Amino acid sequence: MAVKQVTARRVWTTSLLSLCTMLAAIAILPLIGSAHIDYGRAIAGQSPDAEILFGVRLPRVLLAMLTGGALAAAGVLFQALLRETLATPYTLGVSSGASLGAVVAICFGANQVWLASLAGAALTLFLVMAVASESRRLSSFTLLMAGITLNSICMALILFFQNFASFGQSFAIVRWLMGGIDAVPYATLAWLAAAVLPSVFYLFWKSREWNLLSMGEDWAAARGVSTSTLILSGYLIGSFLTGTVTALTGPIGFVGLIVPHAVRLTIGADHRLLIPASFFLGAAFLAICDTIARTILAPAEIPVGVITAILGGPFFIWMLRSRSKLH
Amino acid sequence: MILRLRNVGMHYGANQVLRNVTLSFKQGELVAIIGPNGAGKSTLLGIMAGLRSHFSGECWLQEKPLAKWPRRAFAQTVSVVPQLQPAEFPFSAEQVVLMGRMPFSDGMFESAADEAAVVHAMQITDTLQFRTRDFRTLSGGERQRVILASALAQSPKVLLLDEPTTFLDLQHQVSLYRLLRSLCRDGLLALSVTHDLNLAAAYADRIVILHNGAAVADGSPDEVIHNASIRTVFSTDVEIQTGPSGRPWIHYGR
Repeated sequence: MAVKQVTARRVWTTSLLSLCTMLAAIAILPLIGSAHIDYGRAIAGQSPDAEILFGVRLPRVLLAMLTGGALAAAGVLFQALLRETLATPYTLGVSSGASLGAVVAICFGANQVWLASLAGAALTLFLVMAVASESRRLSSFTLLMAGITLNSICMALILFFQNFASFGQSFAIVRWLMGGIDAVPYATLAWLAAAVLPSVFYLFWKSREWNLLSMGEDWAAARGVSTSTLILSGYLIGSFLTGTVTALTGPIGFVGLIVPHAVRLTIGADHRLLIPASFFLGAAFLAICDTIARTILAPAEIPVGVITAILGGPFFIWMLRSRSKLH
Repeated sequence: MILRLRNVGMHYGANQVLRNVTLSFKQGELVAIIGPNGAGKSTLLGIMAGLRSHFSGECWLQEKPLAKWPRRAFAQTVSVVPQLQPAEFPFSAEQVVLMGRMPFSDGMFESAADEAAVVHAMQITDTLQFRTRDFRTLSGGERQRVILASALAQSPKVLLLDEPTTFLDLQHQVSLYRLLRSLCRDGLLALSVTHDLNLAAAYADRIVILHNGAAVADGSPDEVIHNASIRTVFSTDVEIQTGPSGRPWIHYGR
Protein backbone atom coordinates (compact mmCIF):
# COMPACT_ATOMS: atom_id res chain seq x y z
CA MET A 1 0.00 0.00 0.00
CA ALA A 2 1.37 3.40 -0.96
CA VAL A 3 1.76 5.98 1.80
CA LYS A 4 1.35 9.57 0.65
CA GLN A 5 4.08 12.11 1.27
CA VAL A 6 3.47 14.62 4.07
CA THR A 7 3.64 18.23 2.91
CA ALA A 8 2.67 21.49 4.58
CA ARG A 9 -0.22 21.78 2.14
CA ARG A 10 -1.48 18.30 3.02
CA VAL A 11 -1.26 19.01 6.76
CA TRP A 12 -3.23 22.25 6.46
CA THR A 13 -5.82 20.71 4.07
CA THR A 14 -6.38 17.71 6.34
CA SER A 15 -6.60 19.90 9.43
CA LEU A 16 -9.03 22.26 7.73
CA LEU A 17 -11.27 19.42 6.52
CA SER A 18 -11.39 17.89 10.01
CA LEU A 19 -12.05 21.31 11.53
CA CYS A 20 -14.96 21.80 9.07
CA THR A 21 -16.36 18.39 10.13
CA MET A 22 -16.24 19.51 13.75
CA LEU A 23 -17.83 22.87 12.96
CA ALA A 24 -20.59 21.11 10.99
CA ALA A 25 -21.23 18.94 14.05
CA ILE A 26 -21.44 22.05 16.26
CA ALA A 27 -23.95 23.56 13.87
CA ILE A 28 -26.16 20.49 13.39
CA LEU A 29 -26.10 18.49 16.65
CA PRO A 30 -27.71 21.10 18.95
CA LEU A 31 -30.76 21.06 16.66
CA ILE A 32 -31.34 17.34 17.32
CA GLY A 33 -33.47 16.41 20.32
CA SER A 34 -36.95 15.70 21.55
CA ALA A 35 -37.92 19.39 21.42
CA HIS A 36 -37.71 21.06 18.02
CA ILE A 37 -35.78 24.33 18.09
CA ASP A 38 -34.99 26.99 15.52
CA TYR A 39 -31.66 28.86 15.33
CA GLY A 40 -33.34 32.11 14.31
CA ARG A 41 -35.67 32.10 17.30
CA ALA A 42 -32.89 31.01 19.66
CA ILE A 43 -30.51 33.75 18.50
CA ALA A 44 -33.35 36.28 18.80
CA GLY A 45 -33.63 35.18 22.42
CA GLN A 46 -37.13 33.70 22.08
CA SER A 47 -38.22 31.20 24.71
CA PRO A 48 -37.89 28.23 24.95
CA ASP A 49 -35.53 27.89 21.93
CA ALA A 50 -32.86 30.17 23.44
CA GLU A 51 -32.90 28.34 26.79
CA ILE A 52 -32.77 24.90 25.16
CA LEU A 53 -30.01 25.86 22.73
CA PHE A 54 -27.76 28.02 24.89
CA GLY A 55 -28.63 26.59 28.29
CA VAL A 56 -28.68 22.87 27.57
CA ARG A 57 -27.69 21.56 24.17
CA LEU A 58 -24.82 23.83 23.08
CA PRO A 59 -22.81 23.57 26.32
CA ARG A 60 -23.34 19.83 26.26
CA VAL A 61 -22.15 19.55 22.65
CA LEU A 62 -19.15 21.75 23.47
CA LEU A 63 -18.26 19.64 26.51
CA ALA A 64 -18.52 16.47 24.41
CA MET A 65 -16.27 18.06 21.80
CA LEU A 66 -13.57 19.20 24.19
CA THR A 67 -13.66 15.79 25.88
CA GLY A 68 -13.64 13.80 22.64
CA GLY A 69 -10.87 15.92 21.15
CA ALA A 70 -8.74 15.70 24.29
CA LEU A 71 -9.17 11.92 24.61
CA ALA A 72 -8.40 11.33 20.92
CA ALA A 73 -5.27 13.51 21.06
CA ALA A 74 -4.18 11.82 24.30
CA GLY A 75 -4.78 8.43 22.65
CA VAL A 76 -2.50 9.36 19.75
CA LEU A 77 0.12 10.54 22.21
CA PHE A 78 0.08 7.46 24.45
CA GLN A 79 0.22 5.14 21.43
CA ALA A 80 3.37 6.94 20.24
CA LEU A 81 4.84 7.13 23.73
CA LEU A 82 4.36 3.43 24.42
CA ARG A 83 4.81 2.31 20.79
CA GLU A 84 1.65 0.32 21.20
CA THR A 85 -1.33 0.71 18.91
CA LEU A 86 -3.64 -0.66 21.61
CA ALA A 87 -2.67 1.96 24.21
CA THR A 88 -5.39 4.38 25.30
CA PRO A 89 -5.47 7.52 27.46
CA TYR A 90 -6.44 5.21 30.32
CA THR A 91 -3.52 2.78 30.02
CA LEU A 92 -1.24 4.70 32.40
CA GLY A 93 -3.65 4.82 35.30
CA VAL A 94 -4.61 8.50 35.47
CA SER A 95 -8.28 7.87 34.75
CA SER A 96 -8.39 5.16 37.43
CA GLY A 97 -6.95 7.70 39.87
CA ALA A 98 -9.60 10.19 38.75
CA SER A 99 -12.29 7.54 39.22
CA LEU A 100 -10.97 6.65 42.66
CA GLY A 101 -11.10 10.32 43.68
CA ALA A 102 -14.70 10.53 42.47
CA VAL A 103 -15.67 7.29 44.23
CA VAL A 104 -14.17 8.49 47.52
CA ALA A 105 -16.06 11.79 47.15
CA ILE A 106 -19.34 9.95 46.46
CA CYS A 107 -18.82 7.60 49.42
CA PHE A 108 -18.13 10.49 51.80
CA GLY A 109 -20.99 12.59 50.44
CA ALA A 110 -18.81 15.41 49.08
CA ASN A 111 -20.45 17.80 46.61
CA GLN A 112 -17.47 18.62 44.41
CA VAL A 113 -16.98 15.18 42.89
CA TRP A 114 -15.07 16.63 39.94
CA LEU A 115 -12.58 18.31 42.26
CA ALA A 116 -11.92 15.06 44.11
CA SER A 117 -11.58 13.32 40.77
CA LEU A 118 -9.03 15.89 39.60
CA ALA A 119 -7.11 15.44 42.85
CA GLY A 120 -7.17 11.64 42.37
CA ALA A 121 -5.82 12.03 38.83
CA ALA A 122 -3.03 14.35 40.01
CA LEU A 123 -2.07 12.04 42.88
CA THR A 124 -1.90 9.02 40.57
CA LEU A 125 0.14 10.99 38.05
CA PHE A 126 2.77 11.87 40.65
CA LEU A 127 2.81 8.34 42.08
CA VAL A 128 3.38 6.87 38.60
CA MET A 129 6.11 9.44 38.03
CA ALA A 130 7.77 8.63 41.35
CA VAL A 131 7.74 4.88 40.67
CA ALA A 132 8.82 5.22 37.02
CA SER A 133 11.66 7.63 37.82
CA GLU A 134 13.20 5.23 40.32
CA SER A 135 15.78 4.13 37.75
CA ARG A 136 16.74 7.83 37.18
CA ARG A 137 16.10 7.66 33.42
CA LEU A 138 12.43 7.77 32.48
CA SER A 139 11.60 5.25 29.78
CA SER A 140 8.37 4.15 28.14
CA PHE A 141 8.77 0.69 29.68
CA THR A 142 9.09 1.87 33.29
CA LEU A 143 6.20 4.27 32.71
CA LEU A 144 4.02 1.47 31.36
CA MET A 145 4.84 -0.88 34.23
CA ALA A 146 4.25 1.83 36.86
CA GLY A 147 1.02 2.94 35.12
CA ILE A 148 -0.43 -0.56 34.88
CA THR A 149 0.44 -1.28 38.53
CA LEU A 150 -1.14 1.95 39.81
CA ASN A 151 -4.14 1.29 37.55
CA SER A 152 -4.70 -2.09 39.21
CA ILE A 153 -4.30 -0.64 42.72
CA CYS A 154 -6.82 2.14 41.98
CA MET A 155 -9.31 -0.33 40.52
CA ALA A 156 -8.96 -2.53 43.61
CA LEU A 157 -9.55 0.48 45.89
CA ILE A 158 -12.63 1.46 43.86
CA LEU A 159 -14.04 -2.04 44.44
CA PHE A 160 -13.13 -1.76 48.12
CA PHE A 161 -15.07 1.49 48.56
CA GLN A 162 -17.96 0.25 46.46
CA ASN A 163 -18.20 -2.82 48.66
CA PHE A 164 -18.98 -0.64 51.68
CA ALA A 165 -21.10 1.95 49.86
CA SER A 166 -24.86 2.26 50.37
CA PHE A 167 -27.25 1.28 47.56
CA GLY A 168 -27.63 4.90 46.48
CA GLN A 169 -23.90 5.57 46.61
CA SER A 170 -23.23 2.35 44.73
CA PHE A 171 -25.61 3.44 41.96
CA ALA A 172 -23.93 6.85 41.81
CA ILE A 173 -20.52 5.17 41.56
CA VAL A 174 -21.61 2.87 38.73
CA ARG A 175 -23.23 5.79 36.94
CA TRP A 176 -20.06 7.87 37.26
CA LEU A 177 -17.85 5.02 36.05
CA MET A 178 -20.02 4.66 32.92
CA GLY A 179 -19.04 8.17 31.88
CA GLY A 180 -21.52 10.80 30.81
CA ILE A 181 -21.81 14.26 29.34
CA ASP A 182 -23.97 16.89 31.03
CA ALA A 183 -24.57 20.54 30.36
CA VAL A 184 -22.01 22.57 32.31
CA PRO A 185 -21.68 26.33 32.87
CA TYR A 186 -19.84 28.29 30.18
CA ALA A 187 -17.22 29.27 32.75
CA THR A 188 -16.37 25.57 33.18
CA LEU A 189 -16.17 25.17 29.42
CA ALA A 190 -13.88 28.19 29.24
CA TRP A 191 -11.34 26.82 31.73
CA LEU A 192 -11.57 23.40 30.14
CA ALA A 193 -10.80 24.94 26.75
CA ALA A 194 -7.95 26.90 28.32
CA ALA A 195 -6.51 23.60 29.57
CA VAL A 196 -7.16 21.46 26.50
CA LEU A 197 -6.36 23.71 23.53
CA PRO A 198 -2.80 24.79 24.50
CA SER A 199 -1.99 21.19 25.47
CA VAL A 200 -3.13 19.87 22.08
CA PHE A 201 -1.23 22.65 20.34
CA TYR A 202 1.92 21.62 22.25
CA LEU A 203 1.42 18.02 21.09
CA PHE A 204 1.01 19.22 17.49
CA TRP A 205 4.13 21.38 17.77
CA LYS A 206 6.14 18.33 18.87
CA SER A 207 4.70 16.13 16.09
CA ARG A 208 7.99 15.29 14.42
CA GLU A 209 9.45 14.19 17.72
CA TRP A 210 6.47 11.89 18.37
CA ASN A 211 7.12 10.41 14.92
CA LEU A 212 10.64 9.51 15.97
CA LEU A 213 9.67 8.29 19.43
CA SER A 214 7.01 6.02 17.94
CA MET A 215 9.86 4.18 16.15
CA GLY A 216 11.77 3.64 19.41
CA GLU A 217 13.69 5.49 22.10
CA ASP A 218 17.13 4.66 20.66
CA TRP A 219 15.89 5.58 17.18
CA ALA A 220 14.78 9.01 18.44
CA ALA A 221 17.89 9.56 20.59
CA ALA A 222 20.16 8.71 17.64
CA ARG A 223 18.41 11.49 15.70
CA GLY A 224 19.00 14.16 18.30
CA VAL A 225 15.88 13.89 20.47
CA SER A 226 16.23 14.12 24.26
CA THR A 227 13.98 11.15 24.87
CA SER A 228 13.69 11.35 28.67
CA THR A 229 12.50 14.96 28.51
CA LEU A 230 10.14 14.18 25.65
CA ILE A 231 8.63 11.15 27.41
CA LEU A 232 8.23 13.18 30.61
CA SER A 233 6.52 16.09 28.85
CA GLY A 234 4.31 13.69 26.85
CA TYR A 235 3.27 11.81 29.96
CA LEU A 236 2.49 15.02 31.87
CA ILE A 237 0.51 16.61 29.04
CA GLY A 238 -1.35 13.39 28.15
CA SER A 239 -2.23 12.76 31.79
CA PHE A 240 -3.26 16.38 32.28
CA LEU A 241 -5.63 16.15 29.30
CA THR A 242 -7.04 12.81 30.42
CA GLY A 243 -7.36 13.73 34.08
CA THR A 244 -9.02 17.07 33.36
CA VAL A 245 -11.73 15.76 31.07
CA THR A 246 -12.27 12.60 33.12
CA ALA A 247 -12.92 14.75 36.21
CA LEU A 248 -15.86 16.35 34.40
CA THR A 249 -17.29 13.40 32.46
CA GLY A 250 -16.05 10.21 34.08
CA PRO A 251 -14.13 7.67 32.03
CA ILE A 252 -15.42 7.40 28.46
CA GLY A 253 -13.89 4.40 26.77
CA PHE A 254 -12.81 3.73 23.20
CA VAL A 255 -12.69 7.36 21.95
CA GLY A 256 -8.93 7.43 22.48
CA LEU A 257 -8.61 4.13 20.64
CA ILE A 258 -11.15 4.29 17.81
CA VAL A 259 -10.46 7.79 16.55
CA PRO A 260 -6.63 7.62 16.34
CA HIS A 261 -6.85 4.26 14.57
CA ALA A 262 -9.50 5.30 12.11
CA VAL A 263 -7.54 8.46 11.31
CA ARG A 264 -4.23 6.57 11.07
CA LEU A 265 -5.76 4.04 8.67
CA THR A 266 -7.04 6.90 6.50
CA ILE A 267 -4.17 9.39 6.44
CA GLY A 268 -1.12 7.55 7.78
CA ALA A 269 1.04 7.66 10.89
CA ASP A 270 2.65 11.11 10.67
CA HIS A 271 1.70 13.03 13.81
CA ARG A 272 1.57 16.33 11.94
CA LEU A 273 -1.58 14.94 10.30
CA LEU A 274 -2.67 12.62 13.05
CA ILE A 275 -2.87 15.03 16.00
CA PRO A 276 -5.03 17.81 14.51
CA ALA A 277 -7.23 15.37 12.58
CA SER A 278 -7.74 13.14 15.63
CA PHE A 279 -8.52 16.13 17.83
CA PHE A 280 -11.18 17.61 15.51
CA LEU A 281 -12.67 14.24 14.49
CA GLY A 282 -12.57 12.93 18.08
CA ALA A 283 -14.50 16.04 19.07
CA ALA A 284 -17.12 15.41 16.37
CA PHE A 285 -17.28 11.67 17.15
CA LEU A 286 -18.01 12.07 20.86
CA ALA A 287 -20.54 14.84 20.21
CA ILE A 288 -22.36 12.54 17.75
CA CYS A 289 -22.23 9.62 20.24
CA ASP A 290 -23.62 11.89 22.96
CA THR A 291 -26.42 13.05 20.68
CA ILE A 292 -27.30 9.39 20.04
CA ALA A 293 -27.09 8.71 23.78
CA ARG A 294 -29.57 11.45 24.66
CA THR A 295 -32.02 10.85 21.79
CA ILE A 296 -32.15 7.15 20.92
CA LEU A 297 -34.33 6.19 23.92
CA ALA A 298 -35.64 9.69 24.68
CA PRO A 299 -36.76 10.84 27.14
CA ALA A 300 -34.43 8.33 28.87
CA GLU A 301 -30.69 8.90 28.39
CA ILE A 302 -27.99 6.30 27.93
CA PRO A 303 -24.51 7.05 29.32
CA VAL A 304 -22.35 8.07 26.39
CA GLY A 305 -19.69 5.54 27.48
CA VAL A 306 -22.17 2.80 26.55
CA ILE A 307 -22.56 4.16 23.00
CA THR A 308 -18.80 4.59 22.44
CA ALA A 309 -18.21 1.06 23.77
CA ILE A 310 -20.94 -0.46 21.58
CA LEU A 311 -19.42 1.24 18.54
CA GLY A 312 -15.87 0.70 19.77
CA GLY A 313 -16.07 -3.01 20.64
CA PRO A 314 -16.69 -4.30 17.10
CA PHE A 315 -14.15 -1.80 15.75
CA PHE A 316 -11.57 -3.05 18.21
CA ILE A 317 -12.12 -6.67 17.12
CA TRP A 318 -11.88 -5.67 13.46
CA MET A 319 -8.66 -3.79 14.19
CA LEU A 320 -7.13 -6.76 15.98
CA ARG A 321 -8.01 -9.00 13.03
CA SER A 322 -6.53 -6.68 10.42
CA ARG A 323 -3.42 -6.21 12.59
CA SER A 324 -2.86 -9.96 12.86
CA LYS A 325 -3.26 -10.28 9.06
CA LEU A 326 -0.62 -7.59 8.50
CA HIS A 327 1.90 -9.22 10.83
CA MET B 1 41.48 10.97 15.93
CA ILE B 2 37.77 11.44 15.52
CA LEU B 3 36.68 8.80 18.07
CA ARG B 4 38.64 7.61 21.08
CA LEU B 5 37.91 5.23 23.95
CA ARG B 6 40.08 4.79 27.02
CA ASN B 7 39.57 2.00 29.57
CA VAL B 8 35.89 1.72 28.72
CA GLY B 9 34.01 -0.81 30.80
CA MET B 10 30.39 -1.63 31.40
CA HIS B 11 28.39 -4.12 33.36
CA TYR B 12 24.76 -5.20 33.42
CA GLY B 13 24.17 -6.10 37.05
CA ALA B 14 26.92 -8.52 38.04
CA ASN B 15 27.74 -9.30 34.42
CA GLN B 16 30.79 -7.40 33.16
CA VAL B 17 30.21 -7.02 29.41
CA LEU B 18 33.09 -4.67 28.59
CA ARG B 19 36.44 -4.29 30.34
CA ASN B 20 39.22 -1.77 29.76
CA VAL B 21 38.58 -1.23 26.07
CA THR B 22 41.03 1.31 24.67
CA LEU B 23 40.67 2.07 20.98
CA SER B 24 40.96 5.03 18.67
CA PHE B 25 39.64 5.58 15.19
CA LYS B 26 40.45 8.14 12.53
CA GLN B 27 38.41 9.54 9.68
CA GLY B 28 38.29 7.55 6.46
CA GLU B 29 38.61 4.15 8.13
CA LEU B 30 36.33 1.18 7.59
CA VAL B 31 36.63 -0.88 10.76
CA ALA B 32 35.00 -4.25 11.39
CA ILE B 33 34.33 -5.29 14.96
CA ILE B 34 34.08 -9.04 15.28
CA GLY B 35 33.75 -11.49 18.13
CA PRO B 36 31.54 -14.26 19.45
CA ASN B 37 28.01 -13.73 20.75
CA GLY B 38 28.00 -11.84 24.03
CA ALA B 39 31.49 -10.40 23.49
CA GLY B 40 30.18 -6.86 24.06
CA LYS B 41 30.16 -5.66 20.43
CA SER B 42 26.67 -4.12 20.43
CA THR B 43 27.23 -2.60 23.88
CA LEU B 44 30.44 -0.98 22.64
CA LEU B 45 28.61 0.36 19.60
CA GLY B 46 25.81 1.67 21.86
CA ILE B 47 28.36 3.55 23.99
CA MET B 48 29.99 5.12 20.94
CA ALA B 49 26.51 6.03 19.66
CA GLY B 50 25.80 7.92 22.89
CA LEU B 51 22.92 5.55 23.69
CA ARG B 52 24.46 3.90 26.78
CA SER B 53 25.55 6.33 29.45
CA HIS B 54 26.44 4.22 32.51
CA PHE B 55 29.88 3.12 31.41
CA SER B 56 33.23 3.53 33.10
CA GLY B 57 36.29 4.99 31.40
CA GLU B 58 36.25 7.73 28.82
CA CYS B 59 34.96 8.16 25.31
CA TRP B 60 35.66 11.23 23.17
CA LEU B 61 34.24 12.33 19.87
CA GLN B 62 36.43 14.93 18.16
CA GLU B 63 38.39 15.28 21.43
CA LYS B 64 35.25 16.18 23.41
CA PRO B 65 33.77 13.76 25.98
CA LEU B 66 30.52 12.21 24.78
CA ALA B 67 28.62 13.51 27.81
CA LYS B 68 29.53 17.11 26.85
CA TRP B 69 27.95 16.81 23.40
CA PRO B 70 24.48 18.33 22.98
CA ARG B 71 22.19 15.57 21.71
CA ARG B 72 21.37 17.34 18.46
CA ALA B 73 24.96 18.29 17.57
CA PHE B 74 26.01 14.72 18.32
CA ALA B 75 23.34 13.39 15.94
CA GLN B 76 24.67 15.71 13.22
CA THR B 77 28.00 13.90 13.50
CA VAL B 78 27.22 10.28 14.42
CA SER B 79 24.51 8.04 13.03
CA VAL B 80 23.57 4.45 13.82
CA VAL B 81 22.21 1.48 11.90
CA PRO B 82 20.66 -0.81 14.52
CA GLN B 83 20.60 -4.57 14.29
CA LEU B 84 16.81 -4.64 14.18
CA GLN B 85 14.29 -1.85 13.90
CA PRO B 86 10.72 -2.84 14.69
CA ALA B 87 7.92 -0.52 13.54
CA GLU B 88 4.40 -0.42 14.90
CA PHE B 89 2.95 2.38 12.78
CA PRO B 90 2.42 2.75 9.02
CA PHE B 91 5.23 5.13 8.06
CA SER B 92 6.39 5.04 4.44
CA ALA B 93 9.99 4.13 3.65
CA GLU B 94 10.56 7.76 2.67
CA GLN B 95 9.17 9.02 5.99
CA VAL B 96 11.55 6.69 7.82
CA VAL B 97 14.49 8.08 5.83
CA LEU B 98 13.28 11.66 6.36
CA MET B 99 13.51 11.08 10.11
CA GLY B 100 17.28 11.09 9.59
CA ARG B 101 17.07 14.80 8.77
CA MET B 102 15.63 15.66 12.19
CA PRO B 103 18.98 16.90 13.63
CA PHE B 104 19.29 19.41 10.80
CA SER B 105 15.81 20.84 10.45
CA ASP B 106 13.87 23.26 12.60
CA GLY B 107 10.16 23.78 12.51
CA MET B 108 7.35 21.54 11.41
CA PHE B 109 8.44 20.66 7.89
CA GLU B 110 11.49 19.45 6.03
CA SER B 111 13.35 21.80 3.70
CA ALA B 112 14.26 21.26 0.03
CA ALA B 113 17.80 20.43 1.20
CA ASP B 114 16.37 17.72 3.47
CA GLU B 115 14.38 16.29 0.55
CA ALA B 116 17.50 16.28 -1.64
CA ALA B 117 19.54 14.50 1.05
CA VAL B 118 16.81 11.88 1.39
CA VAL B 119 16.59 11.23 -2.36
CA HIS B 120 20.39 10.88 -2.51
CA ALA B 121 20.47 8.48 0.46
CA MET B 122 17.70 6.38 -1.08
CA GLN B 123 19.44 6.31 -4.45
CA ILE B 124 22.75 5.05 -3.11
CA THR B 125 21.05 2.40 -0.98
CA ASP B 126 18.82 1.24 -3.85
CA THR B 127 15.62 2.00 -1.95
CA LEU B 128 14.08 4.77 -4.03
CA GLN B 129 11.76 2.36 -5.83
CA PHE B 130 9.77 1.66 -2.67
CA ARG B 131 9.76 5.14 -1.19
CA THR B 132 5.95 5.20 -0.79
CA ARG B 133 5.67 1.62 0.55
CA ASP B 134 4.62 1.00 4.15
CA PHE B 135 7.91 0.32 5.97
CA ARG B 136 6.32 -2.58 7.85
CA THR B 137 5.49 -4.44 4.64
CA LEU B 138 9.09 -4.43 3.35
CA SER B 139 11.25 -7.55 3.54
CA GLY B 140 13.98 -7.74 6.18
CA GLY B 141 16.68 -6.80 3.67
CA GLU B 142 14.66 -3.94 2.21
CA ARG B 143 14.01 -2.60 5.71
CA GLN B 144 17.68 -2.82 6.54
CA ARG B 145 18.56 -0.75 3.45
CA VAL B 146 15.92 1.86 4.35
CA ILE B 147 17.40 2.10 7.85
CA LEU B 148 20.86 2.54 6.31
CA ALA B 149 19.42 5.27 4.06
CA SER B 150 17.95 6.99 7.14
CA ALA B 151 21.36 6.88 8.86
CA LEU B 152 23.10 8.21 5.73
CA ALA B 153 20.52 11.01 5.41
CA GLN B 154 22.02 12.31 8.67
CA SER B 155 25.18 13.12 6.64
CA PRO B 156 27.32 11.58 9.41
CA LYS B 157 31.05 11.82 9.92
CA VAL B 158 30.86 8.59 11.94
CA LEU B 159 28.57 5.72 10.94
CA LEU B 160 28.02 2.88 13.41
CA LEU B 161 26.48 -0.30 12.01
CA ASP B 162 25.30 -3.26 14.08
CA GLU B 163 25.30 -6.40 11.93
CA PRO B 164 24.13 -4.47 8.87
CA THR B 165 24.18 -7.45 6.48
CA THR B 166 22.00 -9.78 8.58
CA PHE B 167 18.97 -9.68 6.29
CA LEU B 168 20.72 -8.75 3.05
CA ASP B 169 21.10 -10.97 -0.01
CA LEU B 170 24.56 -11.50 -1.49
CA GLN B 171 24.22 -8.64 -3.98
CA HIS B 172 23.22 -6.14 -1.32
CA GLN B 173 25.84 -7.39 1.17
CA VAL B 174 28.56 -6.67 -1.37
CA SER B 175 26.89 -3.38 -2.43
CA LEU B 176 26.74 -2.27 1.19
CA TYR B 177 30.44 -2.81 1.83
CA ARG B 178 31.39 -1.23 -1.51
CA LEU B 179 29.24 1.77 -0.58
CA LEU B 180 30.91 1.98 2.84
CA ARG B 181 34.36 1.85 1.24
CA SER B 182 33.40 4.60 -1.16
CA LEU B 183 32.01 6.78 1.67
CA CYS B 184 35.14 6.15 3.73
CA ARG B 185 37.29 7.38 0.85
CA ASP B 186 35.37 10.67 1.25
CA GLY B 187 36.31 10.83 4.94
CA LEU B 188 33.58 8.83 6.74
CA LEU B 189 34.56 6.66 9.69
CA ALA B 190 32.48 3.47 9.48
CA LEU B 191 32.47 0.95 12.33
CA SER B 192 30.62 -2.23 11.50
CA VAL B 193 29.85 -5.02 13.96
CA THR B 194 29.66 -8.20 11.92
CA HIS B 195 29.72 -11.98 12.13
CA ASP B 196 30.72 -12.36 8.49
CA LEU B 197 34.48 -12.73 8.81
CA ASN B 198 35.07 -13.00 5.07
CA LEU B 199 33.22 -9.78 4.31
CA ALA B 200 35.12 -8.12 7.14
CA ALA B 201 38.44 -9.43 5.83
CA ALA B 202 37.62 -8.48 2.25
CA TYR B 203 36.49 -4.89 2.81
CA ALA B 204 37.65 -3.57 6.19
CA ASP B 205 40.84 -1.54 6.57
CA ARG B 206 41.08 -2.71 10.12
CA ILE B 207 39.55 -5.41 12.30
CA VAL B 208 39.01 -5.29 16.06
CA ILE B 209 38.32 -8.56 17.84
CA LEU B 210 36.33 -8.43 21.06
CA HIS B 211 36.42 -11.42 23.38
CA ASN B 212 34.84 -11.57 26.85
CA GLY B 213 34.39 -7.80 26.79
CA ALA B 214 38.02 -7.00 25.98
CA ALA B 215 39.65 -5.90 22.72
CA VAL B 216 42.07 -8.79 22.17
CA ALA B 217 43.26 -7.92 18.67
CA ASP B 218 43.34 -4.77 16.57
CA GLY B 219 45.00 -4.42 13.20
CA SER B 220 44.76 -5.00 9.48
CA PRO B 221 42.90 -8.15 8.34
CA ASP B 222 46.27 -9.86 7.65
CA GLU B 223 47.47 -9.16 11.18
CA VAL B 224 44.28 -10.14 12.96
CA ILE B 225 42.75 -13.04 11.02
CA HIS B 226 44.86 -16.12 11.60
CA ASN B 227 44.28 -19.63 12.92
CA ALA B 228 45.35 -18.90 16.46
CA SER B 229 43.12 -15.84 16.92
CA ILE B 230 40.08 -17.56 15.42
CA ARG B 231 40.62 -20.71 17.49
CA THR B 232 41.07 -18.72 20.72
CA VAL B 233 38.11 -16.42 20.20
CA PHE B 234 35.58 -18.62 18.41
CA SER B 235 36.76 -22.05 19.69
CA THR B 236 36.64 -23.30 16.10
CA ASP B 237 39.28 -24.64 13.73
CA VAL B 238 39.15 -23.10 10.27
CA GLU B 239 41.44 -23.03 7.27
CA ILE B 240 42.69 -19.60 6.34
CA GLN B 241 44.06 -18.94 2.88
CA THR B 242 44.96 -15.80 1.01
CA GLY B 243 42.13 -14.71 -1.28
CA PRO B 244 42.52 -13.33 -4.83
CA SER B 245 42.68 -9.78 -3.44
CA GLY B 246 45.57 -10.76 -1.18
CA ARG B 247 43.42 -10.68 1.94
CA PRO B 248 42.69 -13.59 4.28
CA TRP B 249 39.91 -15.95 3.22
CA ILE B 250 38.36 -18.32 5.71
CA HIS B 251 37.24 -21.84 4.75
CA TYR B 252 34.97 -23.32 7.33
CA GLY B 253 35.47 -26.95 6.30
CA ARG B 254 32.90 -29.68 6.93
